[in-house]
Amino acid sequence: MADGNGRTSLKEAVSGLGDHLRGSQVWTSIFRPGSPMRADGGDSPRNRAYVVMNNVLYHLHPVKVKRHGVKLSYTLCLGGLSFFLFILLTITGIFLMFYYRPTSPQAYFDIQALATDVAFGQLVRNMHRWGAHVMVLTVFLHMSRVFYHGAYKPPREFNWVVGIILLVLTLLLSFTGYLLPWDQLALWAVTVGTNMGGYAPVFGGQVSFALIGGVQITADTLLRWYTLHVLFLPFIITIFMAVHFWRVRKDGGISGPL
Amino acid sequence: MAELPEHLQKRAAEARAKATGVPAAAPASAAAAPAVAAGGPGRDLDAESSRYGVPKSLLERAMYARARKDGVAVPVLVGAGVASGQAPAAAPAAGAATPAASGPPPGVRTQRLLTVVKAGAIQGTTKEPADKVNVWPHLLAIEFVALLAMLAFLTLLSAFVDAPLLEFANFNEQPNPSKAPWYFLGLQELLAYFDPMVAGILIPTFGMIALAVVPYVDRNPSTRPTDRKLAITIFTVFFVGAAVLTIFGSFFRGPGFNFTFPWRDGIFFDDLLTILE
Repeated sequence: MADGNGRTSLKEAVSGLGDHLRGSQVWTSIFRPGSPMRADGGDSPRNRAYVVMNNVLYHLHPVKVKRHGVKLSYTLCLGGLSFFLFILLTITGIFLMFYYRPTSPQAYFDIQALATDVAFGQLVRNMHRWGAHVMVLTVFLHMSRVFYHGAYKPPREFNWVVGIILLVLTLLLSFTGYLLPWDQLALWAVTVGTNMGGYAPVFGGQVSFALIGGVQITADTLLRWYTLHVLFLPFIITIFMAVHFWRVRKDGGISGPL
Repeated sequence: MAELPEHLQKRAAEARAKATGVPAAAPASAAAAPAVAAGGPGRDLDAESSRYGVPKSLLERAMYARARKDGVAVPVLVGAGVASGQAPAAAPAAGAATPAASGPPPGVRTQRLLTVVKAGAIQGTTKEPADKVNVWPHLLAIEFVALLAMLAFLTLLSAFVDAPLLEFANFNEQPNPSKAPWYFLGLQELLAYFDPMVAGILIPTFGMIALAVVPYVDRNPSTRPTDRKLAITIFTVFFVGAAVLTIFGSFFRGPGFNFTFPWRDGIFFDDLLTILE
């Protein structure tokens, strides 16, 4: 009506369409009550609670947290960043799986082809590699942060143990991925790393044999570590992460201020 | 039995008096009126037995038991049932604090106060007021910004620095030095000092076990840094030790894993190869 000639303006038509869409059954079935995406999702204390409660997010976060817990200086977001890096590594890793064959010598040439033949291939591989290094760092720093806050004390003892398991799994994930480019760096870094396993008392030989699938690293090791890297270890770590996050909430949320 | 508050005792006495039809007697006057206690309203056990359908012998036994328990005299029996009404010798009527505690008149129900549960015992959920904020938007906004910052950092780093890729794996040509991934370089550094069994197996294994049992060994309940000097000291030594060993193995080890100064001989650290060059 704004133009005064009885016709609806484009702006009004668009906003009317938006209102219609946000009121539709499809839209309201996707966004649960309280969501800011809904027509009735205005900002109110009730809706702020609903945003979390009526959301899959409720598995990770309570409706409210202690005020000191949201201070950046308390957690430095290290746990959350570790989780985000895991997601990022999963996404970039799936991308890389499309172009990678865990056999010799194809593995090496596939990595080379990422830089030359695949759109954004080199970028994604770089993100995967640097992200993995950063994740080892954030997980370790997260553990240190938790220690200095005494956040492993009752009732959080067991969640600390789960955290240590997650640290070991993170290292294993990184280490198994290290071999996959199948270049000199990968081969000999893994050789040095796995040689240590051979010194384990009593079962040293067997451990080493099971680890690299033979008496020395071969293309068989490549397949073995690939399977560990893309399937087995992510599966295990996901289970432990679920327990870890669940226990954070069940053990009383973020630990108290110092 | 729990101590009964005085007002409840008083209320119970009044209720009992109302039920039995005898005015509530103050404890002081009860001793002065044993006659009332001894007398009370008479009972006709035959009539009660036929009315309630309870055998007379049971009513009789209950009557004596109640009298013995409450310490009052047995009510006078009326009617035909007086035959067995020998007075119990042990009834200390004079000491009774209550008026005649005979059975209630027919049709009157009475209740006994068994115990008093203090309100605090059941509903004592004192919730300490906590200073809390909504996760949405406060925490989620921070997390989202942290996520974006990390994503931006990694994207920029990846756009400008490629991940290292050396020549094709060659089993016959070991590079010198050969280094493990950087997070194992602390252990590889230890290999220079200890037997492989110690540096490669025992130290990492016991290190991880020691970390895992920290909450069960550290019994100190306080989380204040001033109360945890020992724990913090030990962990800091571990932390700094791991960092120093890793940095040392990364930057100060050259060909043959021999000691080197990175500023003199260059850096032999392939993980950061592409960043450093």
